[in-house]
Amino acid sequence: MAVCVAVIAKENYPLYIRSVPTENELKFHYMVHTSLDVVDEKISAMGKALVDQRELYLGLLYPTEDYKVYGYVTNSRVKFVMVVDSSNTALRDNEIRSMFRKLHSSYTDVMCNPFYNPGDCIQSRAFDSMVTSMMIQVC
Amino acid sequence: MDAPAGPLPPLIYTMENKPIVTCAGDQNLFTSVYPTLSQQLPREPMEWRRSYGRAPKMIHLESNFVQFKEELLPKEGNKALLTFPFLHIYWTECCDTEVYKATVKDDLTKWQNVLKAHSSVDWLIVVVENDAKKKNKTNILPRTSIVDKIRNDFCNKQSDRCVVLSDPLKDSSRTQESWNAFLTKLRTLLLMSFTKNLGKFEDDMRTLREKRTEPGWSFCEYFMVQEELAFVFEMLQQFEDALVQYDELDALFSQYVVNFGAGDGANWLTFFCQPVKSWNGLILRKPIDMEKRELIQRQEATLLDLRSYLFSRQCTLLLFLQRPWEVAQRALELLHSCVQELKLLEELVFSDQDYSPHGRAELGFVSVPPGALDCWVFLSCLEVLQRIEGCCDRAQIDSNIAHTVGLWSYATEKLKSLGYLCGLVSEKGPNSEDLNRTVDLLAGLGAERPETANTAQSPYKKLKEALSSVETFEKHYLDLSHATMEMCTSIGRARSAKLVGKDLAEFYMRKKSPQKAEMYLQGALKNYLAEGWALPITHTRKQLAECQKHLGQIENYLQTSSLLASDRHLTEEERKYFCQEILSFASQQTVSPGHKIVLPMQSFAQLRDLHFTPSTAVVHVGGVLSVEITICSQMPVPVRVEQIAISVHFSIEKNSYRKTAEWLTKHKASNGVIHFPTEPSPFPAAQNSLPALELYEMFERSPSDNSLHTTGIICKNVHMLLRRQESSASLDAPSGVALEDGAHVLKCSSVTLEPGANTITFRTQAKEPGTYTLRQLSASVGPVWFVLPHIYPLVQYDVYSQEPQLHVEPLADSLLAGIPQKVKFTVTTGHYTVKNGDSLQLSNAEAMFILCHAENRAMIYSNTREKASDASLRVQSSDKVTSISLPAAPAYHMIEFELEVLSLPSAPASGGESSVLGVTEPHRKHKDTQKAGHCMATTDHKVSIDCPWSIYSTVIALTFSVPFRTRHSLLSAGTRKYVQVCVQNLSELDFQLSDSKLVDTGDGTDLQLIPLNTKSQQRISSKQSVFFVWELQWTQEPPPSLHCRFSVGFSPAAEERLSISLKPYTYEFQVENFFTLYNVKAEILPPSGAEHCKTGSLCSLEVSITRLSGLLEVDKDEALMESDEYFSTKLMYEVVDNSSNWAVCGKSSGVISMPVAAQATHRVHMEVMPLFAGYLPLPDVRLFKYLPHHSAHSSQLDADSWIENDSLSVDKHVDDQLDSSSVKSRGSVHSAASSEHKGLPMPRLQALPPGQVFNASTGMQILVLPSKDDHVLEVSVT
Repeated sequence: MAVCVAVIAKENYPLYIRSVPTENELKFHYMVHTSLDVVDEKISAMGKALVDQRELYLGLLYPTEDYKVYGYVTNSRVKFVMVVDSSNTALRDNEIRSMFRKLHSSYTDVMCNPFYNPGDCIQSRAFDSMVTSMMIQVC
Repeated sequence: MDAPAGPLPPLIYTMENKPIVTCAGDQNLFTSVYPTLSQQLPREPMEWRRSYGRAPKMIHLESNFVQFKEELLPKEGNKALLTFPFLHIYWTECCDTEVYKATVKDDLTKWQNVLKAHSSVDWLIVVVENDAKKKNKTNILPRTSIVDKIRNDFCNKQSDRCVVLSDPLKDSSRTQESWNAFLTKLRTLLLMSFTKNLGKFEDDMRTLREKRTEPGWSFCEYFMVQEELAFVFEMLQQFEDALVQYDELDALFSQYVVNFGAGDGANWLTFFCQPVKSWNGLILRKPIDMEKRELIQRQEATLLDLRSYLFSRQCTLLLFLQRPWEVAQRALELLHSCVQELKLLEELVFSDQDYSPHGRAELGFVSVPPGALDCWVFLSCLEVLQRIEGCCDRAQIDSNIAHTVGLWSYATEKLKSLGYLCGLVSEKGPNSEDLNRTVDLLAGLGAERPETANTAQSPYKKLKEALSSVETFEKHYLDLSHATMEMCTSIGRARSAKLVGKDLAEFYMRKKSPQKAEMYLQGALKNYLAEGWALPITHTRKQLAECQKHLGQIENYLQTSSLLASDRHLTEEERKYFCQEILSFASQQTVSPGHKIVLPMQSFAQLRDLHFTPSTAVVHVGGVLSVEITICSQMPVPVRVEQIAISVHFSIEKNSYRKTAEWLTKHKASNGVIHFPTEPSPFPAAQNSLPALELYEMFERSPSDNSLHTTGIICKNVHMLLRRQESSASLDAPSGVALEDGAHVLKCSSVTLEPGANTITFRTQAKEPGTYTLRQLSASVGPVWFVLPHIYPLVQYDVYSQEPQLHVEPLADSLLAGIPQKVKFTVTTGHYTVKNGDSLQLSNAEAMFILCHAENRAMIYSNTREKASDASLRVQSSDKVTSISLPAAPAYHMIEFELEVLSLPSAPASGGESSVLGVTEPHRKHKDTQKAGHCMATTDHKVSIDCPWSIYSTVIALTFSVPFRTRHSLLSAGTRKYVQVCVQNLSELDFQLSDSKLVDTGDGTDLQLIPLNTKSQQRISSKQSVFFVWELQWTQEPPPSLHCRFSVGFSPAAEERLSISLKPYTYEFQVENFFTLYNVKAEILPPSGAEHCKTGSLCSLEVSITRLSGLLEVDKDEALMESDEYFSTKLMYEVVDNSSNWAVCGKSSGVISMPVAAQATHRVHMEVMPLFAGYLPLPDVRLFKYLPHHSAHSSQLDADSWIENDSLSVDKHVDDQLDSSSVKSRGSVHSAASSEHKGLPMPRLQALPPGQVFNASTGMQILVLPSKDDHVLEVSVT
């Protein structure tokens, strides 16, 4: 499904970023980082409306030739970015949404861990395996 | 018959298309009406109700009126809609029945038959009435008749199919009315025709679509059908609906491709899977790309052709709808999806190849030459952008950059990849292979299209130019990149701009112009660093390193290399490579000697902790201090460092108190290890957010008495918190690192730093006293210096110098006099070195000895209280001086030893004469050393000590406390006398008392003191008392006063053996007037007849005062009177009952004259009444000396006393007489002495010393029985 999943802190540094091992990791880092431009744009454009409607899904951030980058922002301005292979046409908006929701709830679990310092890199195994499950369904 | 707009033009598919309405009948008539008609028809909108629940629409109808021809009518199965005549109108002006019958009817019938043959039911007959014509002709039938006739003939049941238009060319209300009616009818019929025909068409179309799974179904055919519908909507200005048609086609096609990709091979699609031969991009300048359309129609279009055509149509419609930004967005999607689709089809073919050897042949083969797609995308992007620019003004474009920027960057990206593909991005230029490829690509572009041929900046020209030479490529690529970056920056997409910049930098690097690349790399790096993206940081740094290497920026390159060498995201090999770069630079000696390249240490190694030995970080002058640091090398290989140095800042501490060893020992952290915070995590959060406050308690103590005078909280990192927030200045500012040249440097040479933690020890000998702050840590590898500019938290060590000092203090809380006490001597050597033979000279105090033992040990400690050694101590005592020879000790050590001293309990002065009961305390020297209650008397001894380091003597005062307090008292039993001595132990120690002695020190030799104490040894516990009693015996007349000295030996009970004999404790006192002169005896007798006294009844009190001796020395005072060899003295007695047991009735006191002779007795009788029952003690009888005032009436008193001497009755009389005066002076009895001062002529009373009066009845009690009527009595008494 997803080829890269990233959790980005409010301050725009990565809390967690993982991509399918077969691909060039660096490329995804650049891609996710660049997508933050659009995330910022969307957040500022939505502004208050976003908060009121509790719509956290930002939709397609930008398509590239090979990938589609989707965004999601939590109420605490932590961003989730997911890169999906463009050729994977089976993934519609709804699937992406539900994946983000899964990601969000898993992230919430991480935050609930009393030993986790908000702002630290996420090293939770549960979170990791959840991301793996989202990436494995590709083939 | 002329067409209204000239001969019927060939059908062109332009937007000028209008629904066709044919005109038959009178062409001239129509021509005359046409201008009005074509003008009036679109004027008013008409509601179009739609089938399938589609929302009704108001549309303005227009029509293309053409002359009716049979060819125009569609043949069966013809799907063309655009050429479909929606309405057929027959125009006639006929008003003549004859004419009608002759020609018009036939004509009409013919027309109708043709229509019927084509099953067309949408027709209208218009009868134009002309009043002018009517008038001219006479044989005119009523107009209705013609209309009726026509209706009758043709419009069976459809009478509305025939309308009348009256005087169409006149300007009258009637004309207007008739026009309106006609137009409404026309519109209605047109719409009806649309609804019917389009509905039918749509139904057919759907049917066709449903057949798509059937073999032989052709998408292209279907495409043409649905496009026809779109055309009609477009014709009707219903662009929205038209767009929907195209979108449906788009979706259908996309779905097919997807399904095809998923293995559902639709045969028709294979048709699209043909090699891509042309990639000339989108063509958006024409409303309809007929060329492509024909290809589709001919089923020869490739996927790109189909997509291109479809998009060009969508684009056209969107532009009609004023939605240019949607064009941009859709264009990007289209380009992406096309690329994807082609890839998909290509892949599929390749994957099928394995098991289907004929795969290619069967399925067709989407082979795309490399670069062809890039060309297509590039051209398309530019085409879309130019198309949008062509229909928007500048301001609109500028405010909608967000929509177009994607296309710009996509185009840039594609041009870049084309450049790389064709070898245009290299120093040498393209090789032959590259050139071949370029030629192929250019061939695929075909010829430029005529519509853009005249445009200078057409995408076609641009691409062709860009691919033609290295220089032109560079120009175009730079133009595009800069434009894209500008746009990104202007809409706040800094990250995207940086990414484009990085591509540009790559390009420059390929072009070997690193100076241009650097700027972009730095910019990008800064951005990644600020947001903490580790992988991009590493990657960009690597590029930057290469760039800097080319530029010859040695320092920057080395710094970047060091950063990379420590970068954990690189492979071991890469790290080693960069590390080696530094080392090999360092080893070559090309740089001018003395030139230093200063780099920040952070990336090279990190300071972890620092440890001082001694751990207090305080050393004396000349002492050795070692600093052990742990630094963590970040390098992947061991690095040999020539020198590691810590530069130290020296400052003289103003507060000299801090330099003393004691203070520092007390105040420093115990273990001496200082940990340095590890490198801040790569998250920028750590940089952005302020560091945590480092708060410490602070206590400032007064240097003199160590009392607290200031306390507070210090924030130690205030400089971090309050500094200006800089935007990540730490990274690209190697200039900020300056090598400090301090005079004081701790060095360590030739160290090999292994990867990971290394421990390095610096040693230094302290020189000048003061505070040394560690400032910088630097490590040099050849000319390369890695510098840690600030060591934080602050690390300091202190060097102090100290004057030699001598302290003498008792071991215990206080020293006790009389017994050996230990005193501790502490010699703090300070900077003085104690040599052998140095000694302390103590000038002895008088009453204090220093006890010399055979063996005295002295301990030598270092200043940090570590035991260094011990040595024996020689103490030599002479009369005046005690010399203590000190053991040799180095500077800054302490010599400690203990000596025993003994203070002689100095003989207490004898008690004052008068204070018989008073406590004589020895040597109350200190005025106020006495605390309330039991405080020991103290003695100060001053010892002056000469020290070898000073010419001045040190005077030391030792205070000794006397452990005992002694009181004495005289006890009498008749004439026998006893002396009691009470010794109270005030100290905390228990003592053993022995050999108590009381000696008469006076001259009287006949006096004997007989001890009544049984034990010779006695233990006296702490805070307890011991009493000693002696009886006085004398043979001759006793002396008036007695001088005694009490002495008792004592030693601490705890100590078994004492080396020396201790002096006993002595106490001297004086006892006076101890000889008994008077015996007073009181007796209470019950009333006569009663056996016992009863409460409330009077009893008699008999007091007899008896003189026991003749005239003695002590009697010789004022009261003594002499007459005829008789001596007498006046006494006053007083009966007092302090316990209120008795009520004395009558007078209670009186003066008597007592003859001074042995056994002279005076009796006094008194009445007393017991107030309580029980055994009651007798009332006190007190006796005073009555000293008359030296005045005339003294003789009278004399006389009286003699007269009354014999009998009691007389005596009593005298008593009565005196009573009044006695009562008057009663109040002043006790203050008699004081009243004397005033010089009043009053007699004085003087208490007899207790030794002179013996009260024989003391302690006697008498039984009193309770009376029967208690209550009555009590009332009467009170």
